[in-house]
Amino acid sequence: MRRPSARTLTALVAAALLGPLLSACGSDEPADLVIYSGRNENLVKPLIEKLEKHLGAEVEVRYGDSAELSAQLLEEGDTTEAGLFLSQDAGALGALSKEGRLAPLPQATLDKVAPAYRGSAGDWTGVSGRVRVLGYNPAQVPTPPSSVHDLVKPEWKGKIGFAPTNASFQAFVTGMRVLEGDDATRAWLKGLKANEPKAYDNNLKILEAVDKGEVPIGLINHYYWYEKAAETGAGKLKAKVHYLPAGDPGGLVNVAGAGVLKGADEKQAAYARKAVDFLLSTESQEYFAAETKEYPLVAGVKTAEGVPPLDSLQPPKIDLGRLDSLKQTLAMLQDTGLV
Amino acid sequence: MTAPDAPARPADDAPPGDAARPADTARPPRAPAPGAVQPRPGRGGRVRGRVRAGGRLSPLLVVPALAAALLAVLPLGYLAVRALERGPAYAWDVVADARTGELLLRSLGLTAAVVAACLLIGVPLAWLTVRTALPGARAWSVLVTLPLAVPSYVTAFAWLSAAPSLAGFTGSAVALTLACFPYVYLPVAAALRGTDPGHEEAARSLGHGPLRTFLRVTLPQLRPAAAGGALLVALYVLSDFGAVSLMRYDTFTRGIYTSYRASFDRTPAAALSAVLVVMTVLLVAAETRSRGRAAYARTGKGAARPAVPAPLGRLRPLALAWCGTVVALAVGFPLATLGYWLAVGTSATWDPAALTATALTTLGVAAGGAALTTLLALPVGVIAARGRGRLARLLEQAAYAGHAVPGITVALALVFFAVRYARPVYQETPLLVCAYAVLFLPVAVGATRAAVLQAPPVLDDVARSLGRGPFGVLREVTVPLAAPGIAAGAALTFVVCMKELPATLLLRPTGMDTLATRLWTETGTGSFAAAAPYAMALILLAAIPSYLLGRHRT
Repeated sequence: MRRPSARTLTALVAAALLGPLLSACGSDEPADLVIYSGRNENLVKPLIEKLEKHLGAEVEVRYGDSAELSAQLLEEGDTTEAGLFLSQDAGALGALSKEGRLAPLPQATLDKVAPAYRGSAGDWTGVSGRVRVLGYNPAQVPTPPSSVHDLVKPEWKGKIGFAPTNASFQAFVTGMRVLEGDDATRAWLKGLKANEPKAYDNNLKILEAVDKGEVPIGLINHYYWYEKAAETGAGKLKAKVHYLPAGDPGGLVNVAGAGVLKGADEKQAAYARKAVDFLLSTESQEYFAAETKEYPLVAGVKTAEGVPPLDSLQPPKIDLGRLDSLKQTLAMLQDTGLV
Repeated sequence: MTAPDAPARPADDAPPGDAARPADTARPPRAPAPGAVQPRPGRGGRVRGRVRAGGRLSPLLVVPALAAALLAVLPLGYLAVRALERGPAYAWDVVADARTGELLLRSLGLTAAVVAACLLIGVPLAWLTVRTALPGARAWSVLVTLPLAVPSYVTAFAWLSAAPSLAGFTGSAVALTLACFPYVYLPVAAALRGTDPGHEEAARSLGHGPLRTFLRVTLPQLRPAAAGGALLVALYVLSDFGAVSLMRYDTFTRGIYTSYRASFDRTPAAALSAVLVVMTVLLVAAETRSRGRAAYARTGKGAARPAVPAPLGRLRPLALAWCGTVVALAVGFPLATLGYWLAVGTSATWDPAALTATALTTLGVAAGGAALTTLLALPVGVIAARGRGRLARLLEQAAYAGHAVPGITVALALVFFAVRYARPVYQETPLLVCAYAVLFLPVAVGATRAAVLQAPPVLDDVARSLGRGPFGVLREVTVPLAAPGIAAGAALTFVVCMKELPATLLLRPTGMDTLATRLWTETGTGSFAAAAPYAMALILLAAIPSYLLGRHRT
């Protein structure tokens, strides 16, 4: 009964199944350096191509989400094929460092970056910086507040956009805890909650909401504005950026960074260390300034046009290494009902 | 041999062996409960699976089904390891937190709303396109299937960009309903085509009005199809991250993602995922129960004739407006939004070569995923349809285990197992294909089960009595009869594999891109215009199997 059709079906299924299997078997030798990148491909691919030339080696990149990749690296443990982890934020690097997944970096490499912008255990370094700013819509907010502390005043009720699950926001809250203590931070978070802020998924969506007038003011990172301006044209952008003065905890400077993974063989680890040095070279630092509108962290490299230089800012003085108490921050955010 | 038309509910928990003997005489006949499926008049009589091929579960089916179930429960093993890694007390603290209950309630509320809305949209659409003189019924049946091709995150994005105030529960419910109602429409439409209009005619001849006939005769026959579809919708909503995250509505899944993202601690995420697994098992059990004991097969394949289409009369414009609105909202609107982004963006970088390569890769892995999933689903689906008793139920429930768990958890589970026990395939295509199978096995199992249910079990018996072995019966009778339904399940799996993102991100071979991962990359930097061609390609390609599904006739 209908034997041919069953046979055809089986053949088709087998072919469809075996196709990918066979093609997988033809996979080539592993690359000289495998990078797990939590930084977006669109942002860093040109830089990776320069790195490949610089190293004279084959570089393979797996792009993903920083947190998900760090979870993946923790699951892979010592058997990881990755030599280098490029992270969107310091938190994911801190988590890997804490679990002992990162190898120490040479002192000469570490010395290129101010201690404020690298891991306290000497096993990761920031490669580019970003500052927390207020995005605001001048049509709704003629004068933005001069401190995040003002945001808990009643006049800002229902007017604040924030991203409670975003790593940058959580790093800022952690910074506030380090700077002003848990009690003061808890009080601020309660005040924020009482002001019924609008929660967004990430900084970009906050900026869009501010631009559309959906919410008058938002807590974001500075470069989102400059990138958005490049995407739609600065003239079309209604939202403006406000840098917080005088050591305000809202003006925290945080970093994206890199760390060499333990578990890679010595040859790959050597390439990975060279790659970190390359990321801190003038060429790469200028790339970050120009392309991602972030702050170069190595002395002597200029920021992008229109972006106020790092040393003109008045960020709070804080040891980024102390931002690793993320868990307490999360607990506090949960207690206050913000996440 | 025709089964005696006796007890409406044979014991669910009867051991498989019990089912093999004609045990019906041991129980006193019981009147069917009100609203239960009425015994069928006509040629087929009432065929009850339990005394049919039912109890005889051939090892030929059980062994591969066990293998499929084992693959599907892999994530559970991982969840246990990770959840208990820091002691049961810590895991319990996470689970017992007030926040967990709150998130669960929010998830369940959203699930209930979306399931209800999908039933309200899907069932009438199915009836309109299959049983009425709706103008252009064939075209509509294709059009209302197309939302399957639109990823829920694209739907959500389109709605959010047009109406930001929708964000939250309403927006999530709207986006998910518009993305999911075909899961109800498809099986219900298939069931409507597969049922014999003779039953309805008999009811009419006995003096029932059209509405009463629909409620008492037609609707009960649609119940298993609708319940199966509703289950898929529920599991989809429970595991969805894209739409709720865009809509900023905190659900259980979002809590799990937050856990990974914010604390870099895998224990709470695993403990929360375990709660979702329990939810899934309860949902699947509820659906099995609602399916009841009714039979849905006719004895003869050839006697079916199409129902005479019901005239719509003055309701015709209303029916057309309804179909048009649904299609416009679910397909037209997201496409228009993408068109807008294609037109206005300054970052629009058409790269046809990259687009083509990515599209081909996507088709390849999705085809592999669909093939493996269908193959694994076949024995499970046949057992779920034919078998009775604990083992059959256990196998089916196991197949559903991973489905409500967020993709990131399933992906990390496969990372965990592959780096330990299957290193050579780690981050190679075969593992990605396996991940698709774990994630989407229920989609294929549901379709296979429904298709096998409509194939008369008596034919299996006849084939057996003519000397065919279990494999012969499967190959020559069951599978060919159920083939259209199984193929429909494969097409559906193909579509969902194409749209999958979180597992693809972690498990794809390094450097490989699918349309979904490209979409993710482009939107990650806010380059919506650059993302639009990939979204468009994804929708157009996924539209092909969706189109075939819409045209599919049982």
